[in-house]
Amino acid sequence: MDTTLRPGPRIRASHGRFRPRAWGLLGVALSLVALLIGAAVVSAAPALAAKDTDGVIEGTMLDPEGQPIAGVTFTVSNAAGFEGFDTTNKQGQWEIPIPGPGQYVVTIDTLTLPEGVTLTDPQRTSLTVNLLSASKTVAFPTGEADTTTESTMDRFLQLATDGLVFGLIIALAGVGLSMIFGTTGLTNFAHGEIVTLGAISTFVFNNMLGLPFVLAVALGVLVCGAFGALNDWGLWKPLRRRGVSLVAMLVVSIGFGILLRYIYLFFFGGDTEQYASYSGQAGIAIGPVDITPKVIVGSIVAVIVLVLTMLWLGYTKTGKASRAVSDNPALASASGINVERVINQVWIIGAGLAGLSGALYSMSVGVNWLEGFQLLLLVFAGVVLGGLGTALGAIVGSLVVGVLIQVSTLVIPTEMKNVGALLIMIIILLIRPQGLLGRRERVG
Amino acid sequence: MDFNLIFSQAITQGLGVQAVIFALAAIGLNVHFGYTGLLNFGQAAFLAVAAYGLGVTVATLGLSLWVGVFVGIAAAVLLALLLGIPTLRLRADYLAIVTIATAEIVRLIVRSVTLRDVFGGSDGINRFADEFYALNPFAAGLTLGPLNFSRNDLFVVVVGWVLVLVSCLIVFLAMRSPWGRVLKGIREDEDAVRSLGKNVYSYKLQSLVLGGVLGCLGGFVFAISSQSVQPDNYGTDLTFFAWAALILGGAARVFGPVLGSILFWFLLVFINVALTEAVRVGYITFIDGTQVGQIQFWILGLSLMLLMIYRPQGILGDKRELAFDVK
Amino acid sequence: MSSDDRQLAAREALVGVAQEPGVAKPDPILVADGVERQFGGLKAVDVDHFELQRGSITALIGPNGAGKTTFFNLLTGFDSPDNGEWTFNGRSLAGMPAYKVARTGMVRTFQLTKALSKMTVLQNMLLGAPQQKGENFFAGLIAGTWRSQEKANTARAEELLAHFKLDAKSDDFAGSLSGGQRKLLEMARALMVEPDLVMLDEPMAGVNPALKQSLLDHIRELRESGMTVLFVEHDMDMVRDVSDWVVVMAQGQIVAEGPPLEVMQQQAVIDAYLGEHHDVSLDSGSPA
Repeated sequence: MDTTLRPGPRIRASHGRFRPRAWGLLGVALSLVALLIGAAVVSAAPALAAKDTDGVIEGTMLDPEGQPIAGVTFTVSNAAGFEGFDTTNKQGQWEIPIPGPGQYVVTIDTLTLPEGVTLTDPQRTSLTVNLLSASKTVAFPTGEADTTTESTMDRFLQLATDGLVFGLIIALAGVGLSMIFGTTGLTNFAHGEIVTLGAISTFVFNNMLGLPFVLAVALGVLVCGAFGALNDWGLWKPLRRRGVSLVAMLVVSIGFGILLRYIYLFFFGGDTEQYASYSGQAGIAIGPVDITPKVIVGSIVAVIVLVLTMLWLGYTKTGKASRAVSDNPALASASGINVERVINQVWIIGAGLAGLSGALYSMSVGVNWLEGFQLLLLVFAGVVLGGLGTALGAIVGSLVVGVLIQVSTLVIPTEMKNVGALLIMIIILLIRPQGLLGRRERVG
Repeated sequence: MDFNLIFSQAITQGLGVQAVIFALAAIGLNVHFGYTGLLNFGQAAFLAVAAYGLGVTVATLGLSLWVGVFVGIAAAVLLALLLGIPTLRLRADYLAIVTIATAEIVRLIVRSVTLRDVFGGSDGINRFADEFYALNPFAAGLTLGPLNFSRNDLFVVVVGWVLVLVSCLIVFLAMRSPWGRVLKGIREDEDAVRSLGKNVYSYKLQSLVLGGVLGCLGGFVFAISSQSVQPDNYGTDLTFFAWAALILGGAARVFGPVLGSILFWFLLVFINVALTEAVRVGYITFIDGTQVGQIQFWILGLSLMLLMIYRPQGILGDKRELAFDVK
Repeated sequence: MSSDDRQLAAREALVGVAQEPGVAKPDPILVADGVERQFGGLKAVDVDHFELQRGSITALIGPNGAGKTTFFNLLTGFDSPDNGEWTFNGRSLAGMPAYKVARTGMVRTFQLTKALSKMTVLQNMLLGAPQQKGENFFAGLIAGTWRSQEKANTARAEELLAHFKLDAKSDDFAGSLSGGQRKLLEMARALMVEPDLVMLDEPMAGVNPALKQSLLDHIRELRESGMTVLFVEHDMDMVRDVSDWVVVMAQGQIVAEGPPLEVMQQQAVIDAYLGEHHDVSLDSGSPA
């Protein structure tokens, strides 16, 4: 087990076979990730060890009033012929030990339900679950589907608030994506992985090293900024030098994203983890809107950071230079701007913002190896909506997407909310390909 | 370490149903990207709609498998039109974003609880291909050297490779014709082709339909071989695997995607089984069985990167005739 | 009839046409009215009225940013105007997509040459041939349906290539040609479409001086074979040398028109150029 603690050298060694120049550089970038996550392994180690022992599938059976139901029978089986039973105790709890990770089918015996209690979805009497970890909680809700007593207006306000908060998260990731596109032309499909890195490194600092949350987030953002610089310096800059085309770079970014994702999965595992700090914070009611203090603070920070970014772009020398590079790299270079330096700074800032996005996002949804990739499409939607390449467009577009996703659940099923946002993106592209705030290009 | 087992599995899978599925998906992508320059990152959606078209027709509607195949192809054509009409006027990178989003939309819809009665939610649809296996002419499976196929697998694999060959023939015939010449022109500069009086938009749409239909054959093979369709099998990873196979073999070459799929799948399985064996025997102690499965995705990611950087023309391609310097 | 006679004829037809912007021509092949295109707050093109004389070589000149290329894009369907109507051979083209415009016999080239560099020179040419049966997907699968037409097209392409002295390069990738040869290829390819009007966007840009003369001859030959030519150019020597009529644009509008020698003297033209500090000498033809 002790070898798990030294992942860095192993990753480097696996690259040793390739041509040293570009790959040496990329290797450095990767080892940084690996080293970072190396810390995560400290905690992951027990989890990995647990995988060798038996796992458990469990749950708690509650009636529509939230009271436990005793005497309900559950069955767990798998394709290999394993079968296990349990009946709920007085607390409504049941628990079935299983031989290890894998796919299981959980079935509830509805005949054992007390009279008058029915499942919310009567068809859903058995569930297929995939266990990557040792335990899994399975729920079978009872009673009528959640008939809300809130007025539509109140729900709208709640959803719009949630949407704005989510939109800020998307915007933080989107600004970087858009700025990098603007200055280098790269459509970076590995941008979501920077978001994930922000979440994972915050998790490492907060949970493993026990640092205060604010400090953990700040360090997480720094790690991402450094990772962004390394990204550019170790991978994209050499590719620009080689004259690799933008389409090829797009495919490279997809490959890089896959690699990073599965490195995260390898070391972090497939479970969603909560930060040590503020994880169970209770919400407070502001009028009809229910919101947690951590989300309020996080959103204020996001707004401040976004405003600072816009000020940086508008009023600082480097910021203005980055806009000049976006407009016309050759001209910018001719007028004495160090284009490569500007691009590297854009990478640092863009990646730092993405890291903050991940750190804040995970306050609500937990830390997961796939979160950045899942967010990426919505980030693209926001950025494309606002007009690829403009920072302000990215912010506006992201806020629109965030609000739209949440508010759309008033009329469409929650599980379909992302479908709505992606459809809107496609429709906007149809009507206004340059985005809401983008400029049209001339032919010829 | 059981090297016989490792080789046998790698070769069997390299020529087996997985390679067939990815070869078909990649042949379709080759029409899109290799010949027309369209950045389609939603190929999984074409396989998904075909597989679901088949599954829903047979399992939900209770119709014949052959009606299902027809429905699946119609669904792929429809998807190509739905996808193409709004997006084919867009820049290449926008198309990449939209196609990947569309594939995600398709996956979210078929796995939704709301439409569970039709598509079976996250469990998908099962057991709908008995009609196909009833036609199996083989009396027994095949064991030939390292190759090892069960009776049913053998049937699927033979039909699958026939489909691959037919697809290659269609691609060959289409690409040597003036029709193919227009596509290659579009790949390089669509404005130039437009200025010569060709309806670029219509050709792109035709390319999207052809590549989608060829790719959707992979969806049928996938669905029939496992007698099931599950939404999460049609995620972005499937598309990325097909891309890696295409680029490894060589884009804009008729047999590029086929060679790429065989090699890529052989390598993946080889490394996978070898690592699993090494873990089992105890040569490798620092990873477990689940993690071995993740390493194949490292290989996927790395091969996409390395190929694009160092050998974008793949094994069969001609560097002078590459689609990649589109700005 | 020799080249000189043709030039004489073309110029004679324009004698007596008033030298004022938007003037009517005796036999117009192209007539545009109120064509406007805005980018943001800027009116890139604002052409009140424009007529193009059939069988002539007409130059469209003007300082950078005058809207020449945008006007080209609008007329050929590569961009759509905010307002405007125009007819070609009496047929309205407004709102028609670019590929249909090309099929009506109005074919353009581009400022940055669009030779399809990863196809051979011959394939480039064949792409230009109109109404190919094999360009239908299903017919394309069966070679028998298109082979004879392909042969005829190949013969015509090779003839044109020989004429443009590109026949030796027929099987080379177009990317291996020099800048001037690409311009020639683009022009030859446009002729494969069998156009009535050829619109050339800066045909001399990036062409080495040795090739310029032959390019000029080819442009004259277009007129000799009965085509009309409209071209955008900055090279004033060329404009003076080859054109029968000159149209001057500035800030999106047509500010002057006239025969090449006289139009350069007009105050509006001098203002248009000098107002922009453009380094083109209007008198001697050599850069100031």
